[in-house]
Amino acid sequence: MTKLLPAALAIATLFCGVAHAEELTGTLKKVKDSGEIVLGVRDSSIPFAYYDNAQKPIGYSMDLANKIVDNVKKTLNMPNLNVRYNLVTSQTRIPLVQNGTVDFECGSTTNNLERQKQVAFSVGIFEIGTRLLTSKKSGIKDFSDLAGKNVVTTAGTTSERLIKAMNADKKMNMNIISAKDHGESFLMLESGRAVAFMMDDALLAGEMAKAKNPADWTITGKSQSYEIYGCSMRKDDPAFKKVVDDALKATFKSGDVNKMFTKWFQQPIPPKNLNLNFQMSDELKQLIANPTDKSAEQM
Amino acid sequence: MTLTDLSQALPGLWEGMKVTLELLVMAVVGGIVVGTLLALMRLSGNKFMSAVAGFYVTYFRSIPLLMVISWFYFAVPLVIGMVTGTNRPIGAFVSCLVAFTAFEAAYYAEIIRAGIQSISRGQVNAAYALGMTYPQAMRLVILPQAFRKMTPLLLQQSIILFQDTSLVYAVGLLDFFNTSYSKGNITGEIGQYIMLAGAVYFVISFGASRMVKRLQKRFTV
Amino acid sequence: MNYHWDWGVFFRSTGVGHEIYLDWFFSGLAMTLGLALAGWIIALVLGTVLGVMRTLPGKVLPRIAGAYVDLFRNVPLLVQLFIWYYVIPDWLPDAIGNWLKQDISPTTNAFITVMVCLGLFTAARVCEQVRTGIQALPRGQANAGYALGLNIVQVYRHIVVPQAFRIIIPPLTSEFLNIIKNSSVASLVALPELLGQTKQLVDFSAAQFEAYTVGTLIYFVVNIALMFFMRWVEKRLRVPGLIALGGK
Repeated sequence: MTKLLPAALAIATLFCGVAHAEELTGTLKKVKDSGEIVLGVRDSSIPFAYYDNAQKPIGYSMDLANKIVDNVKKTLNMPNLNVRYNLVTSQTRIPLVQNGTVDFECGSTTNNLERQKQVAFSVGIFEIGTRLLTSKKSGIKDFSDLAGKNVVTTAGTTSERLIKAMNADKKMNMNIISAKDHGESFLMLESGRAVAFMMDDALLAGEMAKAKNPADWTITGKSQSYEIYGCSMRKDDPAFKKVVDDALKATFKSGDVNKMFTKWFQQPIPPKNLNLNFQMSDELKQLIANPTDKSAEQM
Repeated sequence: MTLTDLSQALPGLWEGMKVTLELLVMAVVGGIVVGTLLALMRLSGNKFMSAVAGFYVTYFRSIPLLMVISWFYFAVPLVIGMVTGTNRPIGAFVSCLVAFTAFEAAYYAEIIRAGIQSISRGQVNAAYALGMTYPQAMRLVILPQAFRKMTPLLLQQSIILFQDTSLVYAVGLLDFFNTSYSKGNITGEIGQYIMLAGAVYFVISFGASRMVKRLQKRFTV
Repeated sequence: MNYHWDWGVFFRSTGVGHEIYLDWFFSGLAMTLGLALAGWIIALVLGTVLGVMRTLPGKVLPRIAGAYVDLFRNVPLLVQLFIWYYVIPDWLPDAIGNWLKQDISPTTNAFITVMVCLGLFTAARVCEQVRTGIQALPRGQANAGYALGLNIVQVYRHIVVPQAFRIIIPPLTSEFLNIIKNSSVASLVALPELLGQTKQLVDFSAAQFEAYTVGTLIYFVVNIALMFFMRWVEKRLRVPGLIALGGK
């Protein structure tokens, strides 16, 4: 018996070790096993997530994503965790999170009830209103001026659904173009294919900044919806979601998020070194003070 | 686009070109290997094997490449996840590589089959008379001659593949074209970057097909 | 992995009018076939003209046709499409450019763009086939025509082109199958053809696997059906005594 005890202890310890390793589930286990984490990034969501000249993804959401990656490294005790970037578009981001191609995505993704059926969202990272970008000369002041005109929006966004519904409900007879990404939408607007571009106001400010002459353009119209952006990840993975949320909450609490906001919205940014001059809304201040993963509809 | 803009964009564009070329080389090698197997299956005389290879070729020749790429990228990971129970990501590059290899193999198989069939029956018989088995006859006598004959056609098909790699744009792999597009997108000069990409593809494809034509003259058996 | 299989999705309402998702496939297929047919007609007409040019005596005309083929065969189709869609409209005179961009609906605009792009792309391939067909005819036939006092236009119209066409029917019909497949690039300029509708279905219903698989099968079935139909046509039109030039 005395001889058996150490053996039993050894076996027990072994089991504890195994049990400990098995506590990791879902995304965290996958990251631990493969030694890498895959980040879904956007190439042209200025200033949230886009590529700089060195093909490195940068932006407000990318800064937050890096905080999340840091927390994953800390949690798993893997300082040399490999980070891989996988390009996503408005149309592909949700399917790619679902099918496991990317582990999480931080860009400009609106948290809403419908998407919550497909993916999980982190606490909110930004709040926007959906408005219009148009030429100052166009005479368009609000959505009612769009009747019978060509309007562009980006495929797979909440704006696409809102404007299609508005068109049907109010019989406005608009021609709605769904472009592949925000850059393409803006090109449609700039080249005259559409008179207005409906999108999230912060993104519109980003697009405006790359125009040949930014002063020709204006953001107008009453917001059709207020929406909260979140990072998206696979559903039913509370352990990973906690790591993500904790990282974001810590960034909000420490005030680092304000520095990030200033850096991307109130200082010159690449590639053209323009300043978006975008003010932090009261809603966003509220969101940072009281983090929540609810969508705007739920509040 | 000024020269300064271009010089700033160049390192990124070169990264994109490397992705294009890596994808191309790996897909050509993979496609020819799988294509050879398919061709041998079709000519093996075994009815079942021949039917399988025949269906494979017809199937992939009936579907747009763009659909094949999308299917591998969006649908296949779900099946793998179901089977293995994990969420190991596949990534755009590997997914595209598999899609191109599977797709191009069908086209290479037809070229290789025609090449093998162009070798006279007498050679096979001679090999058998020397006591060789079917695999030996294929490996030592038929395939070396057949590949010499069909090299120009295989190269021509690979130039088409080089152009087709631009379709990875649809799944967001940053190859040369998508990088150019993305640069244009961020700077608001999409048109100029598309023209630039078109010019680069033209110079490479045109130069390569001229070289293949010369080779063709030298390679005629 | 918690993917939720849902093969019944195709029979559910899309939420837009009274359509069910399956209807999107049909409207997408109709647009794919329409695009392919329109593009093919452009390709046949232009390709024949270019193919004849390549066989004409003299230097200028064959060179122009040759340069056309080199240009359109060495730039990827996707790049060509984006040039037609994003670049060319800005080069056109304002009146036409604005008509394309603003007066007609965005779908019509995209349809015209893709149709022209596919037509011009495929014309380069048709050109080479027409040339091969003409060059495959015994030289004596044209000479016999000249001996009868026909001029070059008459020789081409009555002797060379009609026969060349019957020889090259198999490659020309397979070009039609190619153009169906190539038309899927239209989904990248937001034209709701078969692939575009498949993507939109994924977007609305989240049934990725089901949608892409059924979309793939539709392409497959349509292609096989057309292949059989064309073999039947080819058999009926084969020139007796001439071995048809198979292949590409």
